[in-house]
Amino acid sequence: MSAEGRRYVVARVHELPPGARKLVTIERREIGVFNVGGEFFALRNRCPHQGASLCAGRLVPVVQSRAPGDHKMGDQTLLQCPWHGWEFDIRDGQSWCDPGRLRVRSYDVEVERGDEVGDSERIVDGLVMGPYRADSYPVAVEDGDVVVRLG
Amino acid sequence: MRIDCDVHGRPPTMAELMPHLDPYWAAYAEEAGIGAPAGIVAVYPPGAATTGDPEGGASLEALREHLDRQQAAHAVLNCVYGLEGLRNLDFASAVASAVNEWLMAEWLDRDPRLRAGIVVKAEDAAGAAAEIERRRGDERFLQVLLPARSERPYGDRSYLPLLEAASEAGLPVAIHFGGFTGNPPTPIGWPSYYIEEYVGMAHAFEAQLTSLVASGAFEQLPDLRVVFVESGFAWLPSAMWRLDKEWRGLWREIPWVKRLPSETIRERVSVTLQPIDPPPQRERLAQVIEQIDCERMLLFSSDFPHAHDRSFEQAFEGILDPGLERAIAADNARALYRL
Amino acid sequence: MSIATSAERQRTSSEGRADGIVDSDVHNTLASNDLLRPYLSQRWTGELERFGLRRPDSIGFFSTRPRKFAARTDAWPVGGVPGGDLELMREQLLDRFPIAATILNPINQTTVGAQPAAFSAALCRALNELTLAEWIEADERLYGAICVPCEDARLAAEEAHRLGDHPRFVQLLVNVRTREPLGNRSYWPLYEAAVEHGLPVAVHVGGHGGNTITGSGWPSYYFEDHAGYPQAFQSQLISLVFEGVFERYPDLKIVLQEGGFAWMSWLMWRMDSAWRRLRDEVPHLERPPSEIVREHFWFTTQPIEEPERPQQFAELWEDVGMPTRALFASDYPHWDFDAPDRALPSVLDAETKRAVLGGNARALYPQLADARVPVR
Repeated sequence: MSAEGRRYVVARVHELPPGARKLVTIERREIGVFNVGGEFFALRNRCPHQGASLCAGRLVPVVQSRAPGDHKMGDQTLLQCPWHGWEFDIRDGQSWCDPGRLRVRSYDVEVERGDEVGDSERIVDGLVMGPYRADSYPVAVEDGDVVVRLG
Repeated sequence: MRIDCDVHGRPPTMAELMPHLDPYWAAYAEEAGIGAPAGIVAVYPPGAATTGDPEGGASLEALREHLDRQQAAHAVLNCVYGLEGLRNLDFASAVASAVNEWLMAEWLDRDPRLRAGIVVKAEDAAGAAAEIERRRGDERFLQVLLPARSERPYGDRSYLPLLEAASEAGLPVAIHFGGFTGNPPTPIGWPSYYIEEYVGMAHAFEAQLTSLVASGAFEQLPDLRVVFVESGFAWLPSAMWRLDKEWRGLWREIPWVKRLPSETIRERVSVTLQPIDPPPQRERLAQVIEQIDCERMLLFSSDFPHAHDRSFEQAFEGILDPGLERAIAADNARALYRL
Repeated sequence: MSIATSAERQRTSSEGRADGIVDSDVHNTLASNDLLRPYLSQRWTGELERFGLRRPDSIGFFSTRPRKFAARTDAWPVGGVPGGDLELMREQLLDRFPIAATILNPINQTTVGAQPAAFSAALCRALNELTLAEWIEADERLYGAICVPCEDARLAAEEAHRLGDHPRFVQLLVNVRTREPLGNRSYWPLYEAAVEHGLPVAVHVGGHGGNTITGSGWPSYYFEDHAGYPQAFQSQLISLVFEGVFERYPDLKIVLQEGGFAWMSWLMWRMDSAWRRLRDEVPHLERPPSEIVREHFWFTTQPIEEPERPQQFAELWEDVGMPTRALFASDYPHWDFDAPDRALPSVLDAETKRAVLGGNARALYPQLADARVPVR
């Protein structure tokens, strides 16, 4: 795990309570910073499909289904694009529900000072990882600041 | 040797079915003066050039000559019988059973090359399942035959017992041109001319494909195989693209569908050739085959005696590589039907 | 040639910019039909109050779409509905992209059902008056489509005559799921009026004429409803061609809106093939159906086709073979919106993109010929 990269303080922790989000512009990139249940995540505000402002989308739980007619709301959180409803993992921008027809670039997610910003789980209830990926950035909390690093 | 996955014998009159009908239903049919269902001639008007034979199907002699001529090892008889229009489910299922008995006596027993689809009344799913069970063990019945236009699309849960029974018996479900339910045959009401229905039947197949994908039937029944018969195939690429696109944005409504519809379709769906929708340049047809991108999907059919615009030879001359041509001509059917 | 080389792709970043984009399908939306009351006579205001719209499309099926108002989730103005607020439409569409003109297609679906035909006509008239007063006259980039009560073609023709020569109304509008196929003779008075005023007839997603929405009965899911729209468009095209509408009205132009277009190639092949075999049934057609289609039909590009590989878009574009008939549309504010700067794939060359983004629409709609992006 590396803590290198250009460091930007984007908010104080109390400004971003759980459920809140904030849009910031860093190095001419619009980035949405989210607090989901006490964990912080940052995604570029641009859907890789048609360029929508992704971070205006709804946060939705993954839906699990074992058979037709069976539904259960899962724990993981997806960000749903406000236009076409494509869904991306809030942790790292990975699209789900789409077989990997194209190769997926892999990203490292940085964890700073033990603050959880993601994990290595790559399966969301049988859904298949998709070819699309929204750019995501490591987020850390340092001395009460929410910090995004661009690498 | 080819395998011809769609041929048609002359459909039976009600009088011919009488010996095979349960006595109660035979009396019922006789008292009411019930003839063959209207759906038969509505779908194949006797005088239309595409029907090919005013009887709506070939005689046994004509069919045998046809099979000799094209050196077919096997041919699949699909008896389109218009049962979707009958509202009395028990009567319709009894007629279905009689048609199957008649098929055995008049066709299957008389030429070893012949195979057939099991005629069922789809809206009586339990009755259809029983009929599938009744034919089990007779390997000459190698699929379950359903009309493209049904009361509801086949992904509807009311049809599940039928799909389960077919899949349990290891039989593909064959969805065939036709169907005369009383509902308008288009989403926008009744057309005027037969040619509109002939062309527009493609969208009934699109609706069935969409429904089967959305319902999760393919996930629920891992052995389910579907064959589109007399549907044409050029519509498939555009349909697959559209379904994939819809699914990316709407999967949450049908979360049991966990992968791209096109993947499932390439794995589970087969399509017979006729009627071929011939593009102005033959190379375009090769392009369609590439877009379908599935060697196992296409099954040769002549659709005899129905007479469409282009034969297999005319449409495909010089555009198939030998491996794919063999697959289409026979190997795909052998694998699908375990022939 | 309409397929780009890789060198050409480098130069397409400014396509459509010189004259500005024409967006051929945008929706102004009513939060409630009560907003029509100022434009209705007392007779019909009373009908609306006491009995409402008694229409088949209010059945439960259509209320189960996963996106409220079928809209982008970011298109909700404060206190309003998507497509109900001109300011937000400016922010998200008109000012965000270099747009010279947009055609407003209000699809409030007020024309079909168990209600007096004259009521349907009054509602259409009111909707047209509202669109003119509250939208078109408020922004020079907005143009209108004349909503007509198409199930009574004589009343529809009356409305077409009333507004047909207005410089800001550029087409007649009907919803695709009609009661009867549009080739049916009962609709012909509408085409007569369209031709008289030189207006194309646009057929747009939506409506419900009371039929099962597939040829195989009612589906269960919105996924099927939405994926199934091409089936309704195919049926309309088949009907219009084989009924001989274009033999009777050789100047009639039809715009298929939001129906997709990848199916048009194989459908033309199939129609030609069927015509060769069955033309004795339709002796009024003396030439292949595909010729008629290429002469009389236009289509909007949204929802843009997304084949598995980019090259396949080039293939389907060539197969359809109607590059001058493709009209860009965003479908704002609906969820299957296409972004003007992103939707057209890079396999189309710059010239084709320019045509699709504006040139083709300017050729079809003479009222838009001089529309330019306003200078601010």
